[in-house]
Amino acid sequence: MGFRVLQNGEVTLVEVEGQLIVGNRQELKQQVLDRLEKGDRKFVIDFANTGYIDSSGLGVLVSLSKKIREQGGELRLASLNEDLRTLFELTKLDTLFRIADTKDKALEGF
Amino acid sequence: MATDPHQMSDDLVLELPSDVRSIEHAVQYVIGRCPRCSEEARRLNLNLRVGLTEALSNAMLYGNHRDPSKRVLLEIAFLQECIEARVTDQGNGFDPASVPDPTTPENLMRPCGRGLFLMRKLMDEVKYNDLGNQVTLVLKLEAGGLEGGVQA
Repeated sequence: MGFRVLQNGEVTLVEVEGQLIVGNRQELKQQVLDRLEKGDRKFVIDFANTGYIDSSGLGVLVSLSKKIREQGGELRLASLNEDLRTLFELTKLDTLFRIADTKDKALEGF
Repeated sequence: MATDPHQMSDDLVLELPSDVRSIEHAVQYVIGRCPRCSEEARRLNLNLRVGLTEALSNAMLYGNHRDPSKRVLLEIAFLQECIEARVTDQGNGFDPASVPDPTTPENLMRPCGRGLFLMRKLMDEVKYNDLGNQVTLVLKLEAGGLEGGVQA
């Protein structure tokens, strides 16, 4: 379980390995906020290797999206599996984020 | 920890520390012990996982306030028609009716408040005791042809 932060041109790409839950959400938040502080404005979080996101994890994504928008940036999400997409739909967070099927689609035109 | 007068016929009882790092292992252990896990894979991996994870998280964070001296009791009954899970913390309880709907436009940007909502959406029953420090979750098995589960 962990996070990998990569740079793809202007876009900061964060890969979430395993789960995004109450036990590790602060680590993700801090890594993204550190990049935001350094001037990064375009973020993609890739969930291709993520099995589960709990309500705390969803909350962190909402919080990060808000902070990034306040700085004139954007947070996009990618590669949600069927269960994760269900959680976003139930909570209506699918209306809040731009969600791409794949990391590459999220990066297109960003 | 004091037992509740309303007894469950438990198949599994776990007493957990108020440490959120214990949640993942506890939930995986419960799902792995379900006798019908292969038939009900999605309802276990999504619905039950969400229900248990959120109930335990609420108990540790908001019930016991992460107090290391307080414990969370998880009782599971694998019944013929359903799985019943009860989570009890040692806090002062809360009023579940006071938690606002996180999907309304004014609440959508709030970072918290989705745990109870998801429990109610994905479990068939969510019942709190009068004090509000104990929640009982019910997930029906083979419910009405719900192949994918999801909407309890």
